[in-house]
Amino acid sequence: METLYSVTVGILTACSVFLILRGRSFPVVVGITMLSYAVNLFLFSTGRLTIDGAPIYGTQEIYADPLPQALVLTAIVIGFAMTAYSIILAVRARGELGTDEVNQQDNSTEGNR
Amino acid sequence: MWQQHLAILPILVPLLAALLQLLPWGDKPQPKRRAIGLLASLLTLILSVALLLQVNQDGMIVYALGDWSAPFGIVLMVDKLSALMMLITAILALPVLIYGCYAEDNLGSHFQALFQFQIMGIMGAFATGDIFNLFVFFEVLLISSYALLMHGGGKFRLRITLHYVLINLLGSLLFLIGIGTLYGVTGTLNMADLATQIQQLSGDQAALAKAGGMMLLIVFGIKAAILPLHFWLPQAYSTTTGVVAALFAIMTKVGVYSIVRVYTLIFGPEANELALIVHDWLWVMGLITMLAGAIGILGARDLRLLVAYLVVISIGTLIATYSLNGTATTGAMLFYLIHSTFITGALFLLVDLIAFERGKTASRIVSGKKMANHSTYSVMFLVAAIAIIGLPPLSGFVGKLMIMESTSPNLMSFWLWGALLTATLIMLIAVTRAGSKMLWHTLSGKANDQSAPFGKRAAVAMLLALSLLMTVFANPIRNYTEAVAEQLYDIEQYPSRVLTEGKE
Repeated sequence: METLYSVTVGILTACSVFLILRGRSFPVVVGITMLSYAVNLFLFSTGRLTIDGAPIYGTQEIYADPLPQALVLTAIVIGFAMTAYSIILAVRARGELGTDEVNQQDNSTEGNR
Repeated sequence: MWQQHLAILPILVPLLAALLQLLPWGDKPQPKRRAIGLLASLLTLILSVALLLQVNQDGMIVYALGDWSAPFGIVLMVDKLSALMMLITAILALPVLIYGCYAEDNLGSHFQALFQFQIMGIMGAFATGDIFNLFVFFEVLLISSYALLMHGGGKFRLRITLHYVLINLLGSLLFLIGIGTLYGVTGTLNMADLATQIQQLSGDQAALAKAGGMMLLIVFGIKAAILPLHFWLPQAYSTTTGVVAALFAIMTKVGVYSIVRVYTLIFGPEANELALIVHDWLWVMGLITMLAGAIGILGARDLRLLVAYLVVISIGTLIATYSLNGTATTGAMLFYLIHSTFITGALFLLVDLIAFERGKTASRIVSGKKMANHSTYSVMFLVAAIAIIGLPPLSGFVGKLMIMESTSPNLMSFWLWGALLTATLIMLIAVTRAGSKMLWHTLSGKANDQSAPFGKRAAVAMLLALSLLMTVFANPIRNYTEAVAEQLYDIEQYPSRVLTEGKE
């Protein structure tokens, strides 16, 4: 299980890094979103992977660490809001600048208008 | 009774004010929102002063949120450094908000509420004693800064905001990976507890924690704008409105604060295998950042961009000085930090005023028509320039002198002196050139007749007066910053105080 889990996180991270390094805003936003999934999975695994364990200390012999679960929950909420904001921003940038190149130079934008 | 909750009040007051400001407030909401904002900022300032006095008396305030005991619950840990940073924030916020109340807040919606949320995030980041909570407050201040950077609209701001949001999102995700790695190795998120756990690591575990610690450096480096990660700053600060840029003068200092906190307390001199893992990096990057900023101001053709590069230079100075890792140098560094926060805030506002009154030529460094209040701005610019360059007699000179004095004579101080003095010379050249072109060589003929309101000039004057006050009271302030540094390097007291007092 550990191998599968870490391979998943690794592939997600690798793909997201590739996407973030692209020059257009849409792949970059998708890459950031994908990286946030990878990070959430990674955070979840920092409390070690347990099966059949309740996140309550003392009730069972095997118990899961509840803290990473709380951290992941916080990270998901924040990541979700940020993704929404960056998508809106990217869409507006596409509309107002007339291109979705992340690093469009000033003069060439003027030419497009 | 209320003193017991003093640590959290500077965070709660801006939060409540922002929530109140979001209410509809009838036909003309703006005056009411301004009143709430100004009141809240004044109250925050008073509370920060009270907090500083209290901390000075007790040494440290540990406040367990929801009475969940440390290290399991989240604690606020306000030591002298935190209290000082919170006070700087509160002092900077008030003149900036006064400036903003002169119709700057009508350029976009909800400026007032976003401003308060921003203050709340910054205060929280300074106060917290839990590294995940630091992440949460980073997000609070970042989310409001994303919206504030867009304030006023326009396509140039849009592109810059997109860059800023993307690089900071990446930073946040790296922050989470760093925190996750540290938690996986040590099983705690409380900074004081982390400090004790890190000391006991060795071998593979230490290597993992080191990876986590280095990843945090990238995050704080993005925030503080250290060299390879500083490219977002000049464009962002020079494109946004003056009032937002002035408020952001404290934002880079949040990054510097986090570096000082994490790499002194957690990866500090007593962390055994992981002692001082980043200081060599900080040293080199700090020096290069200084010189990169100096090159930037030589190339700047716009006064806003020039001021933004001045911020980069001051960050380089702070980081290089901190990396020398001593009580004396850190004390001097903190003095310079206070000075540079106020003076860059004042400069951003001043440039905004000059750009407004110059009309068509705005803030470009070319000769233009005279301004309506030409002589006032000339004097203000002269004062600000003397302070930021570091010429005698103002606070910049005192700060740089303290930094140079605090280094012990060796090869490192040779490099620091060299870089600092070279940067100062280049600043002198660039700022003088800009000032003489814009304020001296004016075109003959009638002056521009658009005049900024008096209150805006008063706000700038308030910030400039702080530099003057820092010069007059340099010795008491220096004594305080040295006390801060001494407490900072007394690492053993943190776990003992946080872990026992957090339990009560």
